[in-house]
Amino acid sequence: MTYLTGAELLQRVKRSVAEIDVYQLKEALERSQKPLLIDIRELDEWAQGKVKGAFHLPRGLLEFQIENLVVNRDAPVALMCAGGVRTVLAARSLAEMGYTNVASVAGGFGAWKNAGFPFETPRLLTDEQRARYSRHTIMPEVGEDGQLKLLDAKVLLIGVGGLGSPAAIYLAAAGVGTIGLVDFDVVDASNLQRQIIHRLSSIDRPKVESARDTIAQLNPDVKVVGHRAQITSQNAFEIIGRYDLVLNGSDNFPTRYLVNDACALLGKPLIDASVFRFDGQVTVYDTARGGPCYRCQYPDPPPPGEVPGCAEGGVLGVLPGIIGSLQTVEAIKLILEVGTPLVGRSVQYDALEGEFREFRIRKNPDCPVCGQNPTVTELIDYQEFCGVPHRQAV
Amino acid sequence: MTTVRIPSPLRRYTNGQAKVTVPAGDISTLIDNLEAAYPGLKGRLCDESGQIKRFINIFVNENEIRTLQGEASAVTDADEVSIVPAMAGGH
Repeated sequence: MTYLTGAELLQRVKRSVAEIDVYQLKEALERSQKPLLIDIRELDEWAQGKVKGAFHLPRGLLEFQIENLVVNRDAPVALMCAGGVRTVLAARSLAEMGYTNVASVAGGFGAWKNAGFPFETPRLLTDEQRARYSRHTIMPEVGEDGQLKLLDAKVLLIGVGGLGSPAAIYLAAAGVGTIGLVDFDVVDASNLQRQIIHRLSSIDRPKVESARDTIAQLNPDVKVVGHRAQITSQNAFEIIGRYDLVLNGSDNFPTRYLVNDACALLGKPLIDASVFRFDGQVTVYDTARGGPCYRCQYPDPPPPGEVPGCAEGGVLGVLPGIIGSLQTVEAIKLILEVGTPLVGRSVQYDALEGEFREFRIRKNPDCPVCGQNPTVTELIDYQEFCGVPHRQAV
Repeated sequence: MTTVRIPSPLRRYTNGQAKVTVPAGDISTLIDNLEAAYPGLKGRLCDESGQIKRFINIFVNENEIRTLQGEASAVTDADEVSIVPAMAGGH
């Protein structure tokens, strides 16, 4: 029986594989139609340093995950390993899979470094994080990069009540690194029917503190910033300005219009939702991306007393669990930049009928906040706008 | 007859029914027919001058009537009309 040594195999395969040197690679990466650079080294090698913009897909997983990363079989791909040996065999393997434009980088990362080209040390999840988030990172839509985006994200919740409770818990579980909580209230026994972040032992404690304790028990990666205050025209810019996006779970119209206007004026995406009895609705207002805002959907607030709130009309306890979870899905999608956000679409859930429906929300060209000639360019008095008596500022 | 979806805050006018059917043609006719069948409902949807209140969305299928022809928006028997008021609840 004939056999080949490793060196002989390599020599034979090399004849059929395109190779580029690190100078050609550098030049190619500076072009607009640059190749996708895939680094196939093991994690411990990658952790020592990598070319900026390179994707990490270890050799052992290459054939099984390449199709998630490179959909177009004719797209230019450059493979890098430590010395340019492993990539020769990997390139042949990809060619067998039908990839037509694969090059092996001769000399690999070692040659890149020796040429004096810039490299960076990748940010990596810790071993604990890798275990905790493995069901996320295994999905190509998330991956380690996506999980790092979640860990870097700063999300603000207006209200830690029915909607804010599931949102805070799922955002924390997902590893969203900074969660801001705005709520002035203390926990009341009547909250526990739906506000699942609070416990019997939380009664009479500030909601932001009770929520912080629950999150601390769940995920040490998460930093909770408690704003034990009412959000007002005076503090809204300062608070919202510190975050990437906002989830609205407030319980009154003045706050809804205030948060809408502040987010629109700051260009922050607002994931808005509300619940009543057996009905819920959720949408994303993202005026920075050309989407409509709350005022496009509801130009004016109802007169006080005309639309009852949950305190008067009630709400099925699990309903905000569903709707707050949908808000969280939208938040994670925006952070990961995957999927299609609910911009310009309102999803309504009728729990009694067991039906979800979707409606189009169009941008109003005459909207006073996000229209063509805005008249609201700073925050106003929202109690007055909604015709309700001023609450005592505390 | 056009099917109209009634939100839970307004179901006390429709004997608790989530869906009712009324003759339509356009939105204003539909609202008048709703009022005839379920007295009091029009006052919740329209102000004194008959304009749809600005915190209420009325959709013909998935499109809000302000983006169609307002109260003159055509409605056929095949369409479904949904009334969706602003809700503040979140706590």
